[in-house]
Amino acid sequence: MAEILKAPLAVEFPFTRSLGPVQSAFLTGLRERVVLGVRTGDGRVLVPPVEYDPVTAEEIRDLVEVAATGTVTTWAWNHEPRRGQPLDTPFAWVLVRLDGADTGLLHALDVPGPGAVHTGMRVRIRWAEERSGAITDIACFEPYDGGPAQATGHTGEFEDAITGIVAPARLDYTYSPGRAQTAYIHALSERRTVGERCPSCRKVYVPPRGACPTCGVATAEQVEVGPRGTVTTFCIVNIKAKNLDIEVPYVYAHIALDGAGLALHGRIGGIPYDQVRMGLRVVPVWTEGARYPDHYRPTGEPDAEYETYKELL
Amino acid sequence: MSKEPVAVVGVGQTKHVAARRDVSIAGLVREAAQRALDDAELTWADIDAVVIGKAPDFFEGVMMPELYLADALGAVGKPMLRVHTAGSVGGSTALVAANLVAARVHGTVLTLAFEKQSESNAMWGLSLPIPFQQPLLAGAGGFFAPHVRAYMRRTGAPDTVGSLVAYKDRRNALKNPYAHLHEHDITLEKVQASPMLWDPIRYSETCPSSDGACAMVLTDRAGAARAPRPPAWMLGGAMRSEPTLFAGKDAVSPQAGKDCAADVYRQAGIADPRRDIDAVEMYVPFSWYEPMWLENLGFADEGEGWKLTESGVTELGGDLPVNMSGGVLSTNPIGASGMIRFAEAALQVRGQAGEHQVEGARRVLGHAYGGGSQFFSMWLVGSEPPQS
Repeated sequence: MAEILKAPLAVEFPFTRSLGPVQSAFLTGLRERVVLGVRTGDGRVLVPPVEYDPVTAEEIRDLVEVAATGTVTTWAWNHEPRRGQPLDTPFAWVLVRLDGADTGLLHALDVPGPGAVHTGMRVRIRWAEERSGAITDIACFEPYDGGPAQATGHTGEFEDAITGIVAPARLDYTYSPGRAQTAYIHALSERRTVGERCPSCRKVYVPPRGACPTCGVATAEQVEVGPRGTVTTFCIVNIKAKNLDIEVPYVYAHIALDGAGLALHGRIGGIPYDQVRMGLRVVPVWTEGARYPDHYRPTGEPDAEYETYKELL
Repeated sequence: MSKEPVAVVGVGQTKHVAARRDVSIAGLVREAAQRALDDAELTWADIDAVVIGKAPDFFEGVMMPELYLADALGAVGKPMLRVHTAGSVGGSTALVAANLVAARVHGTVLTLAFEKQSESNAMWGLSLPIPFQQPLLAGAGGFFAPHVRAYMRRTGAPDTVGSLVAYKDRRNALKNPYAHLHEHDITLEKVQASPMLWDPIRYSETCPSSDGACAMVLTDRAGAARAPRPPAWMLGGAMRSEPTLFAGKDAVSPQAGKDCAADVYRQAGIADPRRDIDAVEMYVPFSWYEPMWLENLGFADEGEGWKLTESGVTELGGDLPVNMSGGVLSTNPIGASGMIRFAEAALQVRGQAGEHQVEGARRVLGHAYGGGSQFFSMWLVGSEPPQS
């Protein structure tokens, strides 16, 4: 059996965040080298601040400044920093209870090795040189010998407060289409369409999935279908989608290849878009080097009777 | 032992808009939840559990947002569950919450669903560049448009029916202060002149992209007896699912939808939905789904749904009003959309629907679907408690 296909898949998007009043003050504060917490109903100060009291569920808006110095409450050594982490050399992840706060803030501590960090050690913020109103305005923490730094008593009111941020996210996957679709894709490279027949209901799945979704049994028997087929239904696409390099308008159709138990999806060409119809008989058109048929064109046969394909829409 | 009857005693939602830039996700859900509590005249301490739903996490890019929303929803120290069934999630979330009351696990449950679509792009989230696959599809409209054409072919419906639905729903939305789209100058001619995006679906026959949240307080008989306003009683509720694509799937009228409705009607003792149900709030993201679901839900025989729409039966003043709130066509915070349908059904039988109230509505169906017509959730609510 041919090797199962694999390929990288990066899922990446610049998500936007509207901050609301509390996160707006917190992040704007970092830009101004001010760390803000919020006071809860029972008098504790939470840093980072939240909008709602975790005990009473009441809305809380009493912002209080805490110091840029604090104490490590626990830590873990990071041997291999990854892309996007605060430092590119090995560092300690630390929870720091800032002076004046009752909770720990997660960040990075810049020390040469795990021997240089311990619970209870004193640390202070190393501010980033360029600050925009983001958690990265704190470059990291560094060791510090001394008592609490003086907070300025800031109220959390800022001119030109930021109200939103962009939070880019990226996930890297290794994608595999699996055994059945790998075989399907390999057959396509020989310009053949090969599905798999369900041993129970006898329907031929194209593309094959390795299992029949209605019978719940594995499929293995390979069956070549087509190359001709019938347009069972379609739409005419008039808007361009991002990342989709197809001239509009184009016809997006469900095509039941002869012998297939359900329709696959393809583009119809070789005929004006407004003359495409249900029942049109088509055949794939291949281009050199492409994995899939570029489109399907009319065969010139008479249209299929509705009764012959009405279960294959 | 019989089930505990379930009552809706509080309903709250945000004013749905394209982008709520003034609030965080926590602030958005809080607003709807607080309004539901206010409606029920309850406090956070009166809530025993929280059940929250939303569509895929890619729609905001916050993984498992329910974790950070626990304090905004007063869930600290209480059970909190998150439900996900694609576009139908608002409905199935309410049903999970209702089942907790019906099973007497909890007395009073807050249920909430939301989407803040402005933080991402749903079209991106639904069309990831999967390796080895041929990119062909242009959004959800491109997926559903061929099914609409199949419905038209099957029933011989005239091609104007879709525009009638859009014109009706957008006018209903003008009576609903929470609806996203308020198109005061809407005319049928404007709908029919709007551009074809995915022929046969026109721009004006598609749903908007919204930020919004919807919440309900569900409670038992004792809770209902204390409620300051009339409760809505759940008479039946069900969920069904089937694969997105399989050989023999009827995408126009999916079997899972038929089975789900039949289960609800059996629980509620509904023999003839067209006669026994006063109004329907159904999930219609593209206008043609109104006649399609009318058939799927048993309000019309196969091939006859469009005739109800065309003859005005589904208008607000008609014999079977559909989507009194303005529907998904006027408001679509995806994860919340199903719950807004369920909540509108409850508002109607409570007599609390304001300008879009159907006079004398006693039994109203709320309906949601999601995925590629793959997940279904429905409930029937009534102004009187269940018989048994």
